[in-house]
Amino acid sequence: MRVGLFVPCYVDAFEPEVGIATLELLERLGCTVEYPFDQTCCGQPMTNTGCHAEAAATEALFVKNFSGFDYVVAPSGSCVHQVREHLTAIPQTDEVRHVRASTYELVEFLHDVLKVEDLPWANFPHKVAYHTNCNALRGIHHARPTELVKPYFSKPLDLLRLVKGVELVDLARPDECCGFGGTFSVFEPAVSAKMGYDKVADQNRAGAAYVVSADSSCLMHQKGCAERLGLPLKYIHIAQVLNGAAA
Amino acid sequence: MSVEDLNPREREGVIHPEVRAGHDESERAPDGRRLQHAEAASKPIRAPQTREPQPRGAKIRGDRPINQSEAAERFLAAPLHQAAHDERLWDLRKKRDASAHGVPEWEELRELASQIKTHTLSHLDRYLEQFEAAAKANGVHVHWAKDGADHNRIVLEILRSHGAKTLVKSKSMLTEECGFRHHMAANGIEVIETDLGERIQQLDNEEPSHVVAPAVHKTRMDVAEVFAKTLGTDPDNDDAHYLAESQRETTRPYILKADAGMTGCNFAIAETGTVVTCTNEGNADLSGNVPPLQIHSIGIEKIVPKVEHLGVFIRLLSRSALGSPITQYTSHFRAPRAGTEMHMVLVDNGRSERLGMEEFWTSLKCIRCGACMNTCPVYRRSGGLSYGATYSGPIGLIIDPTFNKRKYSTLPFSSTMNGSCTNVCPVKINIHEQIFAWRKVLVEEHQIPALKQGMMKAAGAVLSRPAAYRAAIGAADSALKVLPRFAVYNPLNTWGKKREMPDAPRQTFHAWYKQNRMKDTGR
Ligand code: SF4
Repeated sequence: MRVGLFVPCYVDAFEPEVGIATLELLERLGCTVEYPFDQTCCGQPMTNTGCHAEAAATEALFVKNFSGFDYVVAPSGSCVHQVREHLTAIPQTDEVRHVRASTYELVEFLHDVLKVEDLPWANFPHKVAYHTNCNALRGIHHARPTELVKPYFSKPLDLLRLVKGVELVDLARPDECCGFGGTFSVFEPAVSAKMGYDKVADQNRAGAAYVVSADSSCLMHQKGCAERLGLPLKYIHIAQVLNGAAA
Repeated sequence: MSVEDLNPREREGVIHPEVRAGHDESERAPDGRRLQHAEAASKPIRAPQTREPQPRGAKIRGDRPINQSEAAERFLAAPLHQAAHDERLWDLRKKRDASAHGVPEWEELRELASQIKTHTLSHLDRYLEQFEAAAKANGVHVHWAKDGADHNRIVLEILRSHGAKTLVKSKSMLTEECGFRHHMAANGIEVIETDLGERIQQLDNEEPSHVVAPAVHKTRMDVAEVFAKTLGTDPDNDDAHYLAESQRETTRPYILKADAGMTGCNFAIAETGTVVTCTNEGNADLSGNVPPLQIHSIGIEKIVPKVEHLGVFIRLLSRSALGSPITQYTSHFRAPRAGTEMHMVLVDNGRSERLGMEEFWTSLKCIRCGACMNTCPVYRRSGGLSYGATYSGPIGLIIDPTFNKRKYSTLPFSSTMNGSCTNVCPVKINIHEQIFAWRKVLVEEHQIPALKQGMMKAAGAVLSRPAAYRAAIGAADSALKVLPRFAVYNPLNTWGKKREMPDAPRQTFHAWYKQNRMKDTGR
C-alpha cells in the first residue's frame, strides 16, 4: 500500500511535529509512506473565500503530487474535506477523481482503512477534552453530530480509547464551532475570537488539562484564545497522542 | 467582567438531561414566574444587574454592502446582551435536540418534509392554481402580487374600499419583506402588531431580529424601558408577566375596534384553499376572527398539496423552533365568516426568480422555524439585527442575496460554514453548502472587495509554485510572519488583537524531512 503524506501548509509552518507524528505513526502501523517534496496546499484558503479560479493552479499541483498513490493521508479534517468536496476548480479527469476519492483524514484512515485496534505504545495519562473540527464532524463524518437523530458513533474517540490513561471530559457544547473557520478568523476577528473564548472557557470548566483534536488550525486558534484569557489549557494533535507523545 | 461570569452554565454531558429523562414531551411544570406559552417558557433571560444600553443593528446605507462584522462587534461590546442572547438561543437549540431525540422517526420526517416541499415547488404553478380555485370556491377574494410594492398597493386598495383606517396584524415576515408597516403609516393606516415580540419591536422602531422570537436580542430591562416610554408602564418593573400583560391589555382594545385584521401564513393547502397559521399567543385567531375584514398575506412557496401533508410539518415546526411538541394555536382559515369579507394575497416578491436559481432554489423549502438561527454560533454572538436584512442568520445568508446581490454581498461570508444549520433544518436545506456556493457566485460577479480577491490571487500564485512557497515560509522564524501570509495582509494585527500568536517552530516539517529523511538521496 503506497501512502502519500500530505502535510498542510499551516502544519508545515507551525506544527511540524504533527507532520512528524503522522509520518511515524503510519510507518509504525506498517505503511510505506512517501512525502512528495513539491507539495504546498490543498487550495482551501481560496475556495473558502469563493475564489475558485485563484485556487485552480494550487489544486492542479496537489493532484500532480498525489496522483500516483493508493491513498493520500493528511492530519487535517478541513483540508481533506476541501479535497474531497471542493477540489473542483480544475477539470475533473480520472486522475483528479482518483486523488479526491483516495484522500483520507488520518483518523478515518486509521479507523476505517487500517482498522487499528491496538496502540501499545500510546500512553497519555491526562484529562482530555476532544475538539471536533466542523468539517471533520459534519463534512467527513468523524462522529455523529448532536443535531442528528442517528445512532451514536465517534471515530476519534474510538481511537483515543486505545490510549492508556486518557480520561475524557464532556463539554457543555460539544459540537459548537470554535470560530476558526478558515479565512473567517481573519476577516471576522471579533466574532471568531469570541467563539474561541467561549470554546476554551467550556473546555476549562469541563476540567480538561489537554485539548486534543484532529485539526491543527482549530488548535492554533484555540491555543491563541486560551493564552489570551490566561487559561492553563494545553493543545495537542491527535496524531501526536496516538503516536505515543507523553505530554 | 470575565467570560466565567457571562456563562455560568452547568456542565452537561453529550446527551442533554432532557433526552436522558426519556421521551416526555410535555411542558415542564410551570414555576409560576414564567409565561405559559412555549416560547416564553424557555429559559428566562437573567436580568442584568447593571444597565447596559441595547446595541443597535447594522447601519443601512442604501444599496451599500452591509457591514455585518462591524454591527456584530458592537453587539459583542454589550456583553450582558450578548451573553443573554447566546444563552437563550442555545437553550432553544438544546430543547430542540431534546424533543427531536424524542421522536425516533425524526430523520425520516425531515426527509419526508423535504420531499413534499421539493415536489410542491417543482409543480408550484399547478398547486397555486388549485389553491386559487379552491379559495375562490370558498368565497375568498384572491389577489396576486408580483412584489412587495404590489402587495402593499393591493392591501391598501382593499382597505380603502372598506373605509378601513386601523389594522391589527399577526406576525408575518412576508409583510416585513414588503415594508408593509411603513407603507401603511405613510398612507394614514394605523397598523398594530399583536404578537408580543413584534409589538415590542414596533414600539421600539426596530425590525424583528429573529423569525420566531423577534425581540430575542432585548433583555427584559430593554423591554421595560420601551414599554415605559410608549405604554406608560413602570420603568423599574421588568417582570415578564407584568410586561406581557401590559402589552396584552393595551393591544386588546385595538383588536376589538380594528377595521381589518391581517395574518401571515405558515402553510397554504392547495386542496382546500386553507391558510394555516401557527402562533403561541393565539393572536392570529384574534386578528383573523375579530375584525369585519380579513386579509391573509401568503408567500407563494408556502403551498402544501393536501391537508394530510400538514401533519409532517406541524410535527417538525415547533419542535425545531422551540423544542415544544406543537405551537399552542394552529389555526385554519378557510372561508369568510357570515357578513364579512376574506382576502388572500399571493405574493411572489422574487420567489419565482429564486425558483429558477439552480443552486439556491431549495431555500424556498424554508418553513421559518428559526432552528438554523438558534444553532448558528455566529448569529448567537452577533444578534439578528447585525445582518441588516429581513432574514438573518443562516437562512438569511442564502436568501438575502437573492433580493439584492450588492447590498447583501457580505452576508455569505459571515459564517464559518460549520454545517450545524444544515443538520437542524427540518426540511433539509443544505444551508452551509449554499453559503459556500454564494461565495463563488459573488466572487465571479465581482461582489467582493477587490482587495480580498487580490489577496487570494496572490495566495494562489504562491501556493501553486513550490519554490515561491518554500521561499515564503522556508526560514523557520519567517513562518510566523506569514501566518499564512496569503490569508492575512497584516497578520499580526488581525490575528493578534484578540489571540496570542502561535509559537515559531524551530523548523518546518519540510526542512525536518529534508534533514532527517533525505540524507542519502542527495536532493
Ligand atoms: S432554513 Fe431550515 S432551519 Fe432555517 S428557518 Fe428555514 S426551515 Fe428552519
